[in-house]
Amino acid sequence: MAYDKFTILTSSAVPMPIENVDTDQIIPARFLKATERKGFGDNLFRDWRYNSDNTPKQDFILNNPIYSGKILVAGKNFGSGSSREHAAWAIYDYGFRCVVSSFFADIFKGNALNIGILPVQVSPEFLDRIFSAIEADPHTELEINLPQQSITILATGESASFDINGYKKDNMTNGYDDIDYLQAMKEEIQAFASKSLY
Amino acid sequence: MSNSPSTLFDKVWDSHVVRKIQDGPDVFFIDRHFIHEVTSPVAFLGLETRGLKVMFPEKTFATADHNTPTINQHLPVEDPLSAKQLKALETNSAKYGISHWGLGNPKNGIVHVVGPENGITLPGMTIVCGDSHTSTHGAFGAIAFGIGTSEVEMVLSSQCIMQPKPKKMRINVNGTLNKGVTPKDVILYIISKLSAAGATGYFVEYAGEVFENMSMEGRMTVCNMSIEMGARGGMIAPDETTFNYIKGREKAPKGEAWERDLAYWKTLKTDEGASFDIEYSYDASDIEPMITFGTNPGMGIGISQHIPVSAETGSGKSSYEKSLNYMGFHEDDAMLGKKVDYVFIGSCTNGRIEDFRAFASIIKGRKKADNVTAWIVPGSHIVEQQIKEEGILDILTEAGFQLRQPGCSACLAMNDDKIPAGKYAVSTSNRNFEGRQGPGARTMLASPLVAAAAAVTGVVTDPRELL
Repeated sequence: MAYDKFTILTSSAVPMPIENVDTDQIIPARFLKATERKGFGDNLFRDWRYNSDNTPKQDFILNNPIYSGKILVAGKNFGSGSSREHAAWAIYDYGFRCVVSSFFADIFKGNALNIGILPVQVSPEFLDRIFSAIEADPHTELEINLPQQSITILATGESASFDINGYKKDNMTNGYDDIDYLQAMKEEIQAFASKSLY
Repeated sequence: MSNSPSTLFDKVWDSHVVRKIQDGPDVFFIDRHFIHEVTSPVAFLGLETRGLKVMFPEKTFATADHNTPTINQHLPVEDPLSAKQLKALETNSAKYGISHWGLGNPKNGIVHVVGPENGITLPGMTIVCGDSHTSTHGAFGAIAFGIGTSEVEMVLSSQCIMQPKPKKMRINVNGTLNKGVTPKDVILYIISKLSAAGATGYFVEYAGEVFENMSMEGRMTVCNMSIEMGARGGMIAPDETTFNYIKGREKAPKGEAWERDLAYWKTLKTDEGASFDIEYSYDASDIEPMITFGTNPGMGIGISQHIPVSAETGSGKSSYEKSLNYMGFHEDDAMLGKKVDYVFIGSCTNGRIEDFRAFASIIKGRKKADNVTAWIVPGSHIVEQQIKEEGILDILTEAGFQLRQPGCSACLAMNDDKIPAGKYAVSTSNRNFEGRQGPGARTMLASPLVAAAAAVTGVVTDPRELL
């Protein structure tokens, strides 16, 4: 599935200073029953966001109109647990294009990159500075510069770099995905398969 | 092949790299691909949109498990959305020529139970599935891990995924396990030491006497929960225990093919002197029956211990408090004696015959506690059959328990098997996340023995007192 190209994103951010946010919180299992990739954003963080009678929980960050933007900033070990790509779909469908944390779970990170969400890993100290900046001004903007691999808190000018491998960076900036790449090497795969034991 | 010492993981990984991309992932060939109804429909939709075919349908196996009811499986599935997903799996499998064990098929069951029990899972394979507990199959010396739906589409269309090679971790446990300590306790102990993120970025090899002496089913329980400390997967070198388990299973190699494969399997071990990026060692005698008290699998303690105060843990204070608040527990509480409303035995972690034998060993001659609702869910129809043939069903029935039909059930509560809000469950599954077993449900993870002890006493009880 093609996605929007990602180069430079400048946006305010939604702070979620909670550790170990697992994919069951991002999208609970009972909302995985769709056979199409549609409407998952409505159920993003469902049980943190809504009461059992479907009224919004006032103290949850997504229900606070002061905070908005295309960047989600979260505590360490974001996206742990289940491999459900639906978690990444829900984050994308809600409108986020980037998640910033000091540590990501592996499967989530791969899923995010595969659908066009940029996971930006920063140091715990820099993460704290972002949370402080948003606390001081909820409208503060972050600039995520993928070509430069940098993240900047625009109000203070503080900046940090982040890692991404060159292959994935090219994919994100051009809106390509892995299936395009693999389809172009089918003969090589066929030759490999013919020698495989299983 | 180079002569320098290499690890089991390197041997299997390196022999499956089709192409190395500079400053990028490896193009990684997949020998076996399992699919189920929840994470595959959008992948098939992607194939349609792009006009692609399934490259090797004979390397993919489908089973329905996540969304299936555990009673009245002979009736039409009531939930229309679940029914639609199950139908999509059936239709897609038929369309592309993929073997499908749907609801009602005698081979049906949880994907990570049916793969090994039918001889589909073999040493040295690379195995993926859109399910994080695919790490289970590492018990056979396979590289097995969970993938997302985009990757399911990649495997269907090209039999490959793009994967950076993880770092290597070895975890050694030597010595002899104490009475009442099961493979589940071993892995919960390791996760409690390393934390829920402690192995992120690594692939684990489990080594040492404890794993050498463990049954295949025990090894599957251990490898299954590798993901719960963040590792992509975990593996154990195949040995005679492995070969004896595989021999004669339906899809296992036979005759000359068996001899050829066996010779290869015997090379699948870490060479003397091979190096790991990190290594941990534990003493088996330090492990007691375990139970979790919080909302991630790293929050586990010995059953006789008290809940740690946050200063002793690696978690941030607010996250730790949020977790205990959700559970309705407090720092320094004893776990023994905590009230239990539900007991769940089953799942890809503890839904095999040895788990039900262990459960029955405590149930036998006792009665279910009145305050407990118990859900007893075999991992497959083959396990269900064994439960009946071995007389375990009679023991359960006499004690006031009922046996349900196979599926993932209350492990992730996608079907009707949901623990009600605020209720406490002792569960042999793998995740105690908030709401995992139903909105507001409170989960304590433990072994089948601890689950059995809770089921007959109605409170958290040390199973060693009942053995």
